[in-house]
Amino acid sequence: MAFYVVQFLTGLASAASLFLVASGLSIIFGVTRIVNFAHGAFYMIGAYIAFTLTERLSGAFGFWGSIVLAAIAVALIGVLVEMVLLRRIYHAPELFQLLATFGLTLMVEDLVVLIWGPDDLVGRRAPGFRGAIDFFGQNIPSYDLFLIVLSPVVLGILWLLFQRTRWGVLVRAATQDRDMVAALGVNQKWLFTSVFAVGVFLAALGGALQIPRDAVHHAMDLRIIVEVFVVVVIGGLGSIVGAFVAAVLVSELNAFGILIFPKISIILVFLVMAVVLIVRPWGLFGKPEAPARKTPGLTVNPWRPLTSNERLMALAALVVAATLPLFAGNYALTVGSEIAIFVIFAVSLHFLMSVGGLASFGHAAYFGLGAYGVAFLAKMAGLPMIVCLLLGPLLGCMGAAVFGFFAVQLSGVYFAMLTLAFAQIVWSIAFQWVSVTGGDNGILGVWPERWAASPSHFYWLALGVAALVTVALRAMVFSPFGYALRATRDSLLRTEAIGINAKRIQWTAFVIAGTTAGIGGALFAYLKGSVFPDNLGISLSVDALVMVLLGGVETVSGAVIGAIVYKALNIWLVSQTDLSKLVLGGFIVLIVVVFPKGIVGMLEMLAQRRRKASPPGSPLLAKPIESAE
Amino acid sequence: MRARNYIVGAAFALLAGGMAHSALAQDIKIGEINSYSLLPAFTEPYRKGWQLAVEEINAAGGINGKKLVVISKDDGGKPADAQTAANELVSSEGVAMLTGTFLSNIGLAVSDFANQKKVFFLAAEPLTDAVTWSKGNKYTFRLRPSNYMQAAMLVEAAAKLPAKRWATIAPNYEYGQSAVAVFKKLMSEKRPDIQWVDEQWPPQGKIDAGPVVQAVAAANPEAILNVTFGADLVKLVREGNTRGLFKGREVVSFLTGEPEYLDPLKDETPEGWIVTGYPWYSIKTPEHDAFLKAYQAKYNDYPRLGSIVGYQTIKAAAAILAKAGSTDPEKLITAAEGLSMPSPFGEITFRKIDHQSTLGAFVGKTALKDGKGVMVDSSYKKGSDYLPSDAEVEKLRPKD
Repeated sequence: MAFYVVQFLTGLASAASLFLVASGLSIIFGVTRIVNFAHGAFYMIGAYIAFTLTERLSGAFGFWGSIVLAAIAVALIGVLVEMVLLRRIYHAPELFQLLATFGLTLMVEDLVVLIWGPDDLVGRRAPGFRGAIDFFGQNIPSYDLFLIVLSPVVLGILWLLFQRTRWGVLVRAATQDRDMVAALGVNQKWLFTSVFAVGVFLAALGGALQIPRDAVHHAMDLRIIVEVFVVVVIGGLGSIVGAFVAAVLVSELNAFGILIFPKISIILVFLVMAVVLIVRPWGLFGKPEAPARKTPGLTVNPWRPLTSNERLMALAALVVAATLPLFAGNYALTVGSEIAIFVIFAVSLHFLMSVGGLASFGHAAYFGLGAYGVAFLAKMAGLPMIVCLLLGPLLGCMGAAVFGFFAVQLSGVYFAMLTLAFAQIVWSIAFQWVSVTGGDNGILGVWPERWAASPSHFYWLALGVAALVTVALRAMVFSPFGYALRATRDSLLRTEAIGINAKRIQWTAFVIAGTTAGIGGALFAYLKGSVFPDNLGISLSVDALVMVLLGGVETVSGAVIGAIVYKALNIWLVSQTDLSKLVLGGFIVLIVVVFPKGIVGMLEMLAQRRRKASPPGSPLLAKPIESAE
Repeated sequence: MRARNYIVGAAFALLAGGMAHSALAQDIKIGEINSYSLLPAFTEPYRKGWQLAVEEINAAGGINGKKLVVISKDDGGKPADAQTAANELVSSEGVAMLTGTFLSNIGLAVSDFANQKKVFFLAAEPLTDAVTWSKGNKYTFRLRPSNYMQAAMLVEAAAKLPAKRWATIAPNYEYGQSAVAVFKKLMSEKRPDIQWVDEQWPPQGKIDAGPVVQAVAAANPEAILNVTFGADLVKLVREGNTRGLFKGREVVSFLTGEPEYLDPLKDETPEGWIVTGYPWYSIKTPEHDAFLKAYQAKYNDYPRLGSIVGYQTIKAAAAILAKAGSTDPEKLITAAEGLSMPSPFGEITFRKIDHQSTLGAFVGKTALKDGKGVMVDSSYKKGSDYLPSDAEVEKLRPKD
């Protein structure tokens, strides 16, 4: 019995560190709607600075003082980031801030290694909390007890802050309806900055408090960020109590789950999230999001098909690209094939995200399923390559059909997180089912047949498929189905009012996007000759998001440019410099600031300005577009 | 819009293809790939090790009079990126052979690439047995003692312990799984009386140490096998110490004696664990002395195990290239099979039967000295003594 009590308390201690970080993320998202990917980075910097300070300052005051100082220091960094970077892009398309914070995260990972060196750092134990307390023959570390007490205290302080201060009232009001708060004359700038500072402070505090338990190292951020997002979503976005309950729920299920299934930890949080979101679409304590008050036709340039001149230009570009094998070497051709495959992948996500308004955080699942489909068919059934390429993506299609059915019942960030949960579940199956998938050692030897083996032939194959897919999806955008899909994106209520079955349209779009991603995955398997669980992983899903955002989420073909620029730059930087993450992150941050509409979005805007500056085309139409920005 | 897209794509591809032809044509080039950005704690000393080797080789006149150049690439910890790097090294840099890699799945991905493109590949670090056995191929050789060899070394010491009730803690991925499987198999062969009472599989890099320690303690084992390393090991040790998990229990642990993983533990190093590792401070052989002196003179730092691996990988590559007198992959294979050479750990041989080198490891016990973790009572175990019989190896390895 004593054992179960102690295991419960241990679970509570794990929940405490999760809660501190999650509460900060929840507050930030609730008010600013920023999906703060850099939250893990702030957590990590908090730990690093606290390590340095605790090594310098001695004594009990030195230790606890260092923890608080570190959190304050990081909060100041957060303020700086908010004022210099994020303020510029609050009006950019939704999720664009994700791109900025992703860039920051990349930079921080390289920076901490540059500043603190590559070794894992182990900090001091907390003075007064070194030992353990005996509980009927079981030991409970006293530091765990400290954390168990701390987290409800923090919860209480936050509650008081939100319920009893004017600032808290404003924050809660902004969480519910920030346009209205702005309309009432509240200075949003400072409200956002202060909220961001509080959120970052909590993250850094969470990191600093890990010093006596953990090692400080450069991958701490990725270790916690996804889990924290999951906790926030399970609890309900913007709900601090929800984050607390979710942290306890997840930690306790893990503490007791491993007694029965020792391998459960790897997937547990995602299983819990999937179940919770299917049963309660807004998390445990969340409320339905108010319908956004936007008038899309005015903020976005209306989409139009290409004119015949532009069609000719696109065709000419394709012809130029097809001549690459005449003068480029094998390596350039293989890189070209890889870029073409990622164009397919990015375009498929773009279809879901830009046309359907459904941002998926787990799109790699369908890419990877396509790759595994090919690997199974080629290695187990021994089918010829062309058959594998045709049938392999069907696995992606089936996955999308099943998961998409549940996912489209939700919207916004909840939709995104449910797709992430499904992707992680698929990933863990590929990772764990060693006898079928080979586990993390993957499936090897999936090489193309002779007719496609040479780099130039494979390049033509990939380029051809990429061109076909891009044209097909573009045609779909301007088909009646595409119009219906865009209608569901712009106004769900009006769409349903005119008799369109919105869920079915969205589900169909999900299946189309999943199948297309599967086509990319199938080609990728042959390009690399092997398939690994990585092909389904979070980092690939994030890559796809970045490509779409970089190109411009409000454009018709931004994803193509985004994929080419991001992938080419990534490959080139990794090959040229050891600090590729720092440079790539810096580049992304720069793009975000200079091109807040994405690369293509910005080019389109410039083109439009020029058109307007020259002969007066149709001033009546142009005017409302500009004023709405 | 697409017009611009494709032009940009073509320009980037050209740019990527035309980069970096700095080395001269008569130089011999080796392509090296490792997870520099993902695992700097291991790969930084590793890089220093191979850079020292390159310097020594060129100072001694290069390879048959030609200068040795190593072109190094980061794989970011992703098999797909490792293949891109391998492709660049082979297709556009024209390297004579590939070396390196740390993670098992990356080692396998590059090995499969080498087999497909008929390129010689010397795997430095990946430990999975599959590299030389179940997925072994003609073009792939490996330097470090495999999972099986390290398990066999530890079992030799572990079987002498009186403990009968054993529990295991290992990261939940291929390395952890196969280390536990081999250890259990060999151990149960030697000691049929042993019971396996609990196993814990925390995700790699994400151990929730408190509950894991508590769960293992609840099974009340007499001895524990640990396979976690890096940050996970730190958390496990800290929780285990505070909760008294290791008190009165024997612990056998993979890799924990390597300075990369032992040094961060500082004064929290648990005493008396039986570990494999690298006690650079207590090895007194002329070969190692020479290496240690050169390394400390160049870097003003002590070597980690990664330094040895990096150093010996390039030394071995150079020895193979020198003997082959050519960069033809078939000739390199013939030269490498059965080739013996000196190393800081004494003479090693690349076996003809499975392309595994006989480099060994040190087995000893952990201890605390001046607030730092060290390995004591250590002895060197030759790799050749801990490999299965030739008949068994032939069964494990596919025919070329």
